[in-house]
Amino acid sequence: MKQFLLIAIVVMIFVVIFQIAKASEYVSVLKGEEKARKQNNKINAFLLISFLILGLIGVWWCNDLYYSKTLFPMGAASEIGQKIDLMLYITIGVTGVVFVVTQVLLFWFSFKYQENDDRKAFYFPHNTKLELLWTTVPAIFLTVLVVFGLKYWFKMTSDAPKDAVVVEVTGHQFAWEFRYPGPDNILGKKNYKLTKGANSLGVDFNDPASLDDIHVSATMHIPVNKPVKFVINAQDVIHDVGLAHFRLKMDAVPGIPTTMWFTPLYTTEEMKVRSGNPNFVYEISCDQICGKGHFSMRGVIVVESAADYKMWLATQKPEYYTVFPDKAPNATPTDTSNVKQMPLAAVIASGK
Amino acid sequence: MSNVLELQESAVHLGQETQHEQHHHETFITKYVFSQDHKMIAKQFLITGMIWAIIGGLFSVLFRLQLGYPESTFPWLEDLLGHWAKGGKIQPEFYYALVTMHGTILVFFVLTAGLSGTFANFLIPLQIGARDMASPLLNMLSYWFFFLASIIMFSSLFVQTGPASGGWTIYPPLSALGDASSGSKIGMDLWLTSMAMFIVSSLLGGLNYISTILNLRTKGMSMTRMPLTIWALFFTAVLGVLSFPVLLSGAILLLFDRNLGTSFFLSDIYVNGKILPNEGGSAILFQHLFWFLGHPEVYIILLPAMGMSSEIISVNSRKPIFGYMAMIGSLFAIAILAFLVWAHHMFVTGLNPFLGSFFVLLTLLIAVPSAIKVFNWLTTLWRANIRFTPGMLFAIGFVSLFISGGLTGIFLGNSALDIHLHDTYFVVAHFHIVMGVASFFGMFAGVYHWFPKMYGRYLNNTLAYIHFWVTIIGAYLIFWPMHYEGLAGMPRRYYDFSGWESFKMFAGLNEFISVVAMIVFAAQLLFILNFFHSIFKGRKVTTANPWGANTLEWTTPIRPGHGNWVGEIPEVYRGAYDYGKDGREFIPQTEAVGENESHH
Repeated sequence: MKQFLLIAIVVMIFVVIFQIAKASEYVSVLKGEEKARKQNNKINAFLLISFLILGLIGVWWCNDLYYSKTLFPMGAASEIGQKIDLMLYITIGVTGVVFVVTQVLLFWFSFKYQENDDRKAFYFPHNTKLELLWTTVPAIFLTVLVVFGLKYWFKMTSDAPKDAVVVEVTGHQFAWEFRYPGPDNILGKKNYKLTKGANSLGVDFNDPASLDDIHVSATMHIPVNKPVKFVINAQDVIHDVGLAHFRLKMDAVPGIPTTMWFTPLYTTEEMKVRSGNPNFVYEISCDQICGKGHFSMRGVIVVESAADYKMWLATQKPEYYTVFPDKAPNATPTDTSNVKQMPLAAVIASGK
Repeated sequence: MSNVLELQESAVHLGQETQHEQHHHETFITKYVFSQDHKMIAKQFLITGMIWAIIGGLFSVLFRLQLGYPESTFPWLEDLLGHWAKGGKIQPEFYYALVTMHGTILVFFVLTAGLSGTFANFLIPLQIGARDMASPLLNMLSYWFFFLASIIMFSSLFVQTGPASGGWTIYPPLSALGDASSGSKIGMDLWLTSMAMFIVSSLLGGLNYISTILNLRTKGMSMTRMPLTIWALFFTAVLGVLSFPVLLSGAILLLFDRNLGTSFFLSDIYVNGKILPNEGGSAILFQHLFWFLGHPEVYIILLPAMGMSSEIISVNSRKPIFGYMAMIGSLFAIAILAFLVWAHHMFVTGLNPFLGSFFVLLTLLIAVPSAIKVFNWLTTLWRANIRFTPGMLFAIGFVSLFISGGLTGIFLGNSALDIHLHDTYFVVAHFHIVMGVASFFGMFAGVYHWFPKMYGRYLNNTLAYIHFWVTIIGAYLIFWPMHYEGLAGMPRRYYDFSGWESFKMFAGLNEFISVVAMIVFAAQLLFILNFFHSIFKGRKVTTANPWGANTLEWTTPIRPGHGNWVGEIPEVYRGAYDYGKDGREFIPQTEAVGENESHH
């Protein structure tokens, strides 16, 4: 019932507006069309200048409301991110000036040069000097922005330092998996055709480097103030590792590994203070549409002190033992066929 | 040169013949359905485009409902949409289908076919002085291929697994694998087939526009005397003809990958518990093919709006467009650069950074011709004598939006900044303002300005003014705050943000945007109402040249028949922008240059 009422009201509003519009057409015929046209002209000129003034106030107001909700007040959480913020400020400054000047000119001219019987339009078809002026000035400004931009672009896409902590990030519908290379600092080889059951990443366990690799889901731990390198890939469709707080982003493409690196500057705890939000977490958002669960493909990064990171790492079990539980050093045998292969001491210890 | 003259002669001849014919056997079918008259075909494109615009707009209202009220349920939605809105809540699959179809419909069916199809068809012969297109038959086929594409796309809305839902950019592997998304089942095949038909339509139209402009100009209409609308439509057609075939190839390869087991875009995939045999393909290759069309496509949408706004601003300022040659030059520069910037959509794909740096440079270079255009429009308004017809208001609105949306392109074109802003609401705000709403404004300006020529009647002014003011205020209210969401890193194409600590603080703003979007949508219905009502009941046009314009279309009868001019096509002696020259308000192109006329 309620929606019918709503529809009825909307239709009524339409009919009323439409009738008013038709009536105003008749009125203008009665008044003399030329006179009505001139009156309309004045009204619209006035509305245009009002739109400019209210619009600029609105821009200010909007900034007041939402600036605090952007990421600027808390600052970027990575070294490269801080440079990008600086660049954003510069670009906002330059474009902001151009925005205000051109919009003011547009609406001010429209208002000032509205039709007036006492004035004739000024015949001014071209002026080479002026045209050269506004070809070269933007070109100079843009050159500056390009130089700035490329400097940081090459910095952020440069090779990661040799001592960087390496984490492999894998996206699949609709979650993130992380793999650490373990003590040998080498990630074991993978082959997607080996993906089966508990070996959900398709790790090739014939590669000795894979035996100490650690696999965790959803939450990643990294140390603060140390370069971190992500090796990124995807299992099914394209995903994207979006790190808004670090100002970084990189696609995860099946079959084509990508990388990115950064140096986190603040631990999660420090960011809780900086952002004034006790629930603050670094989130990984998937930034490339990947199917119906795209919006829920969330990962968490815990940035912590080097000591905490080491402690956390020490409590993690290599993936090899989760995939082959019976090979684990302190495994409790579930299958009698395994008993024969167990060392005697272990058999005694297990009480069989 | 003699060749051109001969062609013009034959065109005149052809026109007279068709005019002669029309008295004898023109039935309802040949006049309104399978018409070969460019004006009727233009109206067919316009009205089909308007129907698509309502559908595409309605989709945006539906997904804004979800974004604005993620916690609420609307039982009537379930009555309307069945299992797509189970429990009165739009389901994620359906949300992504809505987003995808909204983009596809608005970009291709409305702002490409609806905009170029309408105004290239309507204005090219009328403004260059031709009886019809170079090939009226191909022109008719162009519409009917578009119609076929429309039918296929429309039918995809009704298949059980739903229409395509991988975004309008249809990146594989998501779009290639039915296992990855239900929208990638039959809906995707229909999408690709429809687009193939659409591209055929676009090519038939484009080739026709180019050959008509090059060959069928009336006597005296040299290239540099053409109105800027024609220049813009010319470059638009060139862009389309050179770039659409690349998308066609991408679409066909994707169809192969989907149905014939090829591996152009697929490699190393484990999906839905299955290990796929495909190896050696590149998902990124598709993005190159897509954006090689996709970026020129942005200008295919934008250039006609630029051309029409230039024309309308000059006519209603009663002043020549400032820097006519510079306007052509900047259109040309934009058209060339449009082909050299596509990879700026791919800065986050792991693109070679060195290669990326070229795309940064070339992308930001586009700002130079854009700046020239803006300053030239501003100078045209300077010391003018402006009449605020609805068309003029929309043209001014176009310039305002083009500035606002163009400037944010400087952020996104700069790769280092793009990394943070890519695929966030900043991008949504940027392209909706600069190519979505701005192009719509150009299109509205065109409809309001040329409606009297199309139907011999005026649109209702009061409704037009309401339409303009609600739309421009609404457009800024919707898209301006989105920049802040984008700066906060809020990703686009999210069904719900409430699970995210970093993004959930914008819930109130999202609700506000949704409410404004619905109001703006309602205002567009007012325009549709005005349009169809005025075709039959609008105030009649009583003078041949109601706006006091210089261009040739206003020298035809108030309601021109097939062939446009009764008798000879007029000869042209001057450019299209002699407004306010030598103290005269306007001097039509058909008026010979006087002996004492000043040179400029």
